[in-house]
This record gives sequence, C-alpha cells and structure tokens, in this order.
Amino acid sequence: MSLTFTLDGKTIPFVDGETIIQAAGKAGVFIPHLCYHPEFKPHGSCKLCTVKVNGRHTASCTMRAMPGMVVESDTEEINAERRALTQMLFVEGNHFCPSCEKSGNCQLQATAYHLGMMSPHYDHFFPNRPVDATHPDVLLDFNRCILCSLCVRASRDVDGKNVFALSGRGIKTHLIVNAKSGKLGDTNFALADKAAQVCPVGVILKKRQGFAVPIGERKYDKAPISEAVTEGK
Amino acid sequence: MSEKKKLKVATTSLAGCFGCHMSFLDIDERLFTLLEHIEFDRSPLTDIKTCSPDCDIGIIEGGLCNAENVHVLREFRQNCRILIAMGACAINGGLPAQRNHLPLTTILEEVYHTSPGLANGMIPNDPELPLPLNQVHPIHEVVKVDYFIPGCPPSGDAIWKVLTDLLAGREPSLQHGLMHYD
Repeated sequence: MSLTFTLDGKTIPFVDGETIIQAAGKAGVFIPHLCYHPEFKPHGSCKLCTVKVNGRHTASCTMRAMPGMVVESDTEEINAERRALTQMLFVEGNHFCPSCEKSGNCQLQATAYHLGMMSPHYDHFFPNRPVDATHPDVLLDFNRCILCSLCVRASRDVDGKNVFALSGRGIKTHLIVNAKSGKLGDTNFALADKAAQVCPVGVILKKRQGFAVPIGERKYDKAPISEAVTEGK
Repeated sequence: MSEKKKLKVATTSLAGCFGCHMSFLDIDERLFTLLEHIEFDRSPLTDIKTCSPDCDIGIIEGGLCNAENVHVLREFRQNCRILIAMGACAINGGLPAQRNHLPLTTILEEVYHTSPGLANGMIPNDPELPLPLNQVHPIHEVVKVDYFIPGCPPSGDAIWKVLTDLLAGREPSLQHGLMHYD
C-alpha cells in the first residue's frame, strides 16, 4: 500500500523515511527554504520551510512524512511568518542587492520576491563585517551571510576539508574560516570544491566574473523561485 | 473627465540620485492619464518648495543622510495622508548606507584631507550646510511609511502599478518581473 499525506489539500505520496519537503519537492510542490538542500543533511535553522502539521508548527525539512498527516504550507498565516523571518535576515546583514553580484541568482532575494516582501520592515543593524579577499580565486563577503551552514556542511561532508564553521551564539553567531589567520587564503579551499558552489546568497563569489549575466537573463529573472526550485534544485 | 477632486501628490528626493524620479517619468504617455486623476504639489517637477497641508500622497526617493533629509521627511509625513517609499535608498538606505560601517570622521578626513591631491583641504563647516548623520537610515526607521516600491530604480511599470492600485483602492502588489530589489 502506498503511503500518502495531504499538503494544502493535495495528496502527496512518499516513501518511508522521507521528510515532508522531500516528498513535496518530488510531487512538484514548492515549500520556501534557504538552509535546506536536497544533497545535504537538513540543518533546520532558517525555519523558512515551516509548515503546520496537524495544526502544529514544524520545519518541513526535518519532519518525516507520516501516513495521513494533514500539512498546511501555502496559507496567508504561514507566508506572513515566512515573510517576517526573511525581513529579519535582510536587516541583520548588509543586503544591498544593486551592488551584489549574486542579484538575480540569489535564493534569499528570490524567496523575498516570492513572499511579496515590499520592505524590510524592521530597523537595520548595519553590522560591520569586513570582506576576505585573500584567496586567489574566491571572494568572501560576510555581509550577506544568512548562516544557512551549507558551505560548512559541503566542506566537511563532501570536500573533507572543514574550511568553514559557525562560531558564537545567538545574535553573535557568525561564519568563520578554519585557519590560524582566519583567512580563506590560508586554507586549502579550491574553486572546484562543493563548498564553493552551494552558497544561496552572495557570500562565496568566484573572482573575475561578476555581473557576467545581464539583467533579464539571470536565473530568477526568467522564472520565480517557486518554479525554478522544485525538487530543491 | 469626471468632476472628482484630483488627488494632490508631492514628491521629493532625499539621499537619492534622482534615478527613481527619472524612472517615474518612464511611465511616458501614461503621465497624461495620471494627470487626469492627480495634480503635483511640492515636487522637483513643479519646483514648489513646501507641501500643502492637504496632500493625499507623498512619494519619497532616497534615504536619510543629513538633518535636512529628516526635516523634509517629517514635513511630508505631516502633510501627506499616504506616504510611499520609492526605491532601494528610501527602503534600506541603498548605496549611501554602505558608508554605515565607517565612522563619519574617518570618511570626512579621507574625502577632504588625506586623499591624494587635497593639499590644504578642509572639511566644509558652513552653518548653512545640513549636518550629516552618523549613519544613513531608511525612511521607515524615522516615520511611518504606508507603502513601498522596491527597485534600484523601480521600473516605470512598477511605479505605475502601485499608483494605479492605490488610485483604484486596491492593496498595491507587484508580481514576478515587476518586483525587484536591483
């Protein structure tokens, strides 16, 4: 007998062990997310993928699908909460889209568009986060870090290099580079690393290729993230 | 044309580059349609220097980088029923706010004293010059803002969409393609 649950009234099949977001992705239903990536273990930290399961809030990237679950995702209430979380991410860092190379290909920006975020709403922190340009091929711009930990997971689990880590607690949590100097140039990080490919925002940038794709032809210019990202791609 | 009273619209550019106003003019011939419903009050387009006390809509381009910006913003809020933040700088400080992690004195020193070719340079201190703020702020951090039109600049189409939504009494929204932050 095949296993199913309902997501916003739609019947979603799943196999035992799959999470809600995995099953939804397979069925072509988009659930907004930032720290989730289909190739990595879930981190459950951004909370953008929060849904209501049988009336209770939970992260759909960490919650296993169970037969008969009633899941709500695309509702006014949940989307308003996701929008507030996204606004907080925008004011915590320095997200100046017009001068960011990732603009148009940025998952944070595209998610904010999807959620109809017309303003950041909250007061800006304007934190001081110096960039790290010590690596010959890669620029690190910490201003845009949303602490999704995808680079941490990719470097540790795929590249076997452990180049990145999250340090500090609470509001002081920040991304660090695992070198005595703290500089990327003093690690064995390479452009071909998985960790160089997974940043959803504009922190890890390949040097000498900024703004290569003109406005109008970038990933999320062509299609909203809800269409570009099903199955978590 | 109906006998309905035209809405008074005031606009200004604070710490902005006037790019949003240029984009506003990109609604092109739709300006004629717009002018059947609105009249401009204080605006760079009319050169009127102060807001009438009964403006219906105030449109603000740019953030707050000095004391005069704050003064003008408060005048707009006081005199306009609906206040709209137009463009990235009004919404998050934009390009000028990228100075925010630097101390103001360091910036003034660099710009007027220590940059090459600035022999005997001095930091301007004419009392008529508005004092710079320590940090550049988006306008919603100082007054209540009713609506936002993101973009750097927002396209003429996005500005048109928000204004026509408002004129029709709808909650303004921007669909894919019109909503962008760059």
